[in-house]
Amino acid sequence: MTRARRARPRPSLPLRIVSVIGELLITTGVLVGLFVVWQLWWTDIQAEREQEATFAALGWEPPTYEAAPAESVHHDDEPPVMETPAEGETFGRLYVPRFGQDYVVPVTEGVGKADVLDKGEAGHYPETVLPGGVGNFSLAAHRTTYGKPFHLIADMQAGDAIVVQTEDTWYVYEATESLVVLPHQVEVIAPVPGTLPGAEIPEPTERFITLTSCHPMFSARERYIVHGTLKYWMPVSSGTPEELLPAAEGGR
Amino acid sequence: MYALLWRALPGPGWFRVILLLVLAVAAVYACFEWLFPQIADYMPFNEQTVGE
Repeated sequence: MTRARRARPRPSLPLRIVSVIGELLITTGVLVGLFVVWQLWWTDIQAEREQEATFAALGWEPPTYEAAPAESVHHDDEPPVMETPAEGETFGRLYVPRFGQDYVVPVTEGVGKADVLDKGEAGHYPETVLPGGVGNFSLAAHRTTYGKPFHLIADMQAGDAIVVQTEDTWYVYEATESLVVLPHQVEVIAPVPGTLPGAEIPEPTERFITLTSCHPMFSARERYIVHGTLKYWMPVSSGTPEELLPAAEGGR
Repeated sequence: MYALLWRALPGPGWFRVILLLVLAVAAVYACFEWLFPQIADYMPFNEQTVGE
């Protein structure tokens, strides 16, 4: 008996409709599953590639980890502040020892999704000051997916180092507090954190840093915020801040 | 729906299977590179910034 020419009765119309609906449902299920795979896995891989490309384009030498620089290179006076970078320009590297000894992400001007955050970079709110400036140097980054630069932001504790490197200068900030706010609470990135919109703006005198990310994880209901203040700065030519040296690990 | 696709494909059975695999890979690629990034913008869990 030949296989091909078996006569089969044509299925009735209702049966065909049901089978098409069934196939559509299965297809939808597969697509949703694929979306989850893409969001949770593939965006990380893509963002890591983008990060590498960004670092390569930046072309800076990796920091050297030889010995702690002398105390004398710590500067407490007014730090140099770079000129405003163009939107989308990567102008620094962010190191947070609490996130891992080899943790480093690019710091890029702007907080757009596609051009900055989704590439696994920390985005600088353009309305805030640049590293070392008097005011509030504020960064946003993903906490989950897309390279998740701020994945461990909830582990930050007061006293943890947040180190920003620009082309010529290291800025060593120290975390002071963590808080959870609602997405519209822009006062966390005000020049003096906590100044409500519309309120009289006090003249900022301190050099703050603020990290923002989503909270809880995989939700956009709230924002996780870490504030810090500048501890000292030093020229890149003077070495690497001891906060980043492997030996500092025991101290944390 | 998929039965129609199967009948529309040319060649012997093994060839159609390979063709379907290639089509499936192409569909997944299109989703990863184009469809999903567009959908992700509308997903409620991808906001990291504070603002109005």
